[in-house]
Amino acid sequence: MAGADAHLHGLDPELPLITTTVEKIVQWARRSAIWPAQFGLACCAIEMMATVASRYDLARFGAEVFRGSPRQSDLMIVAGRLSRKMAPAMRRVYDQMPEPKWVISMGACASIGGVFDNYAIVQGVDQVVPVDVYVPGCPPRPESLIFGIVQLQRKIARSRA
Amino acid sequence: MDSDAIISALAPLVPGAAYEAGTSVDFATIYVPADRLVDTGRALRDTPSLRFTALVEVTATDYFPRDPRFEVVYHLLSIAHRLRLRLKVRTGASGSVPTVQGVWPSAGWPEREVWDMFGIGFDGHPDLRRLLMPEDWEGHPQRKDYPVQIRKPAQTYEPLEISEEEFKANLQRDRTRRMSQ
Amino acid sequence: MAELRTETMTVNMGPQHPSTHGVLRLVLDLDGEVVRSLRPTVGYLHTGIEKTAEQKKWQQVVPLVERMDYLAAQSNSLAYVLSVEKLLGLEMPRRVKDIRVLIAELQRIASHLIWLGTHALEIGAVSMLFYAIRERELIMNINELVAGFRFFPSYFRVGGLREDLPRGFHDAVTAFLDRFPGKIDEFEGLLDSNDIFMRRTQGVGIVSAETALAWGLVGPIARAAGVDYDVRTYFPYSGYETYDFVVPTAREGDIYARYRVRMRELRESVKICRQAIQRIAPTGAWACDDTRVVPPPKDKVYTEMEALIQHFLIYSQGFTVPAGDTYVPVEGPRGEHGVYIVSDGTNRPWRIKMRAPSLFAIQALPTIVEGGLIADVVAAIGSTDVVMGDCDR
Repeated sequence: MAGADAHLHGLDPELPLITTTVEKIVQWARRSAIWPAQFGLACCAIEMMATVASRYDLARFGAEVFRGSPRQSDLMIVAGRLSRKMAPAMRRVYDQMPEPKWVISMGACASIGGVFDNYAIVQGVDQVVPVDVYVPGCPPRPESLIFGIVQLQRKIARSRA
Repeated sequence: MDSDAIISALAPLVPGAAYEAGTSVDFATIYVPADRLVDTGRALRDTPSLRFTALVEVTATDYFPRDPRFEVVYHLLSIAHRLRLRLKVRTGASGSVPTVQGVWPSAGWPEREVWDMFGIGFDGHPDLRRLLMPEDWEGHPQRKDYPVQIRKPAQTYEPLEISEEEFKANLQRDRTRRMSQ
Repeated sequence: MAELRTETMTVNMGPQHPSTHGVLRLVLDLDGEVVRSLRPTVGYLHTGIEKTAEQKKWQQVVPLVERMDYLAAQSNSLAYVLSVEKLLGLEMPRRVKDIRVLIAELQRIASHLIWLGTHALEIGAVSMLFYAIRERELIMNINELVAGFRFFPSYFRVGGLREDLPRGFHDAVTAFLDRFPGKIDEFEGLLDSNDIFMRRTQGVGIVSAETALAWGLVGPIARAAGVDYDVRTYFPYSGYETYDFVVPTAREGDIYARYRVRMRELRESVKICRQAIQRIAPTGAWACDDTRVVPPPKDKVYTEMEALIQHFLIYSQGFTVPAGDTYVPVEGPRGEHGVYIVSDGTNRPWRIKMRAPSLFAIQALPTIVEGGLIADVVAAIGSTDVVMGDCDR
């Protein structure tokens, strides 16, 4: 009937076709293949390495390669404590990433300063770069980081291209 | 060997130095006057019965209300004789201590760190600048009168070195030069 | 004929770079491929742990100290609790010492696995990282079994341990120890006689024994140059003198020798762990008897008044440590490290200072690398096994 087959727009239902909008396709492509840039600073970087390794494989969520150069990546996972000396370098790495780009702040130190409320640590990476997803923990388990990346994928899915 | 044995071994080698034996629960501790530090270090390193060839740490402690305020602490290790030794040098707030980098090269960076964190200068150090804090930081963080928490926004850009008029003038000059080529 | 202009090129590596062990910045002056000078800059991970610890009570410093050298966390806390117990004059029961030895050796295995994985990754053998981390996951499981946390269990406390060993600990450790020597054989089969690995590491980055001691590098670097100094045999702590093990050394002092020394250390650690796990009874003493420091068991706290008061005092104002200073070194995976503690007789530390073997290794890096090729810089940094959290604290 006309109502049930309206989405086919008169085409043969046996044809292998999907119809969608450009926005949905673009957002699906962007979120399914997020390539992070290596920005491991401290202990959370080791948990990030464990997430990429064979037990909690991150490649099955699309993060296939951790790019060495920020100019070829979409995502910056700030893993570890950001000291005041490192803040200009981190801003420069963020500025080198091409649009669209996202930032995950991994761990307590990156989110809010963590255990270290003192003169040397920036109390939260969001003072330097805009953050999309905060993953708490000290360090967060690999499953937590994977959940953070899946949340980021959901955020990309519902945002405008 | 305890502190007194080491002092009696050192006394003939470094004449005129006023050593003091310190009390400690683990290994020998000696208070050394700052001006005889390098001679003491050389004697400790070269004497066959002592052979303290490795300097494993240089650090300092701030005993704030007390005067002299700082104590610079050196930990030495003798592998041949299985001995450890601690040297302590008392110095005041604006005092300085001679560097032992000529005796043990491993003292270079730890002395820089002591300068960075406490503000104790080391005479004769070839490269005395900040190690752990940014180069333009003010203050010496591990002193007792420096606050633990500071509320300061993170600095993310190095300041531009030329003014905006100069920048625009440079652009204009390049443009005219390219057009006249 | 025009003269070719030759000049050195200055290249900046880091602080964010895929092949440094954390945030290390190197400014290299290159003449073609030859490194003429190397100037390292550290401090990009400075965390102010030592100053923050002056605000905490003695027992609260343990998690802070663990986050310094984050690959061998319990090694740091072992150094700290040994120093505090020395000032307090506490003697641990035999079972506590054996458990501490076992966990310290497991930490050494875990840290060497990450070293192996990242070192081989930087030289080009990418799959070693996955194999090494797979084995390390088993040690993380043991950590989680013991204290609920993979990375920084904070299981060592001043006065003993946090609580008794859980059920299943012996089985988990024995299963790991039965499986692991076969894996070491596998790793050695991949890298030992690998032509590319040998050509990149033999004769490169040579450190002689005198250079190592003059620059304060006491650890696997000195042992690969022939110095047989190991804190566990020279100044034994926590009962190490009762264990039967060998300290491996090599003679050449190059990167390959350091690799061989660490692989043999893995085997020796397995040996020590096997001896330790046989001595440890499944239940028993997990702390010393000193009531000022160790909280009483929870059932007594709920029923007896003195236990309640003691529990409250320990957790609210903490215990006080007699005035004095001390330094107890332990053999960490990177070399000798220890915590120099100054106490003024109150319930907070006056000063703690952690001796960082990585600081000395990076300080000596120009001596190791200058005159070599730029590709050797990466291999040399990997072989010195530096961790920036350790260096910058």
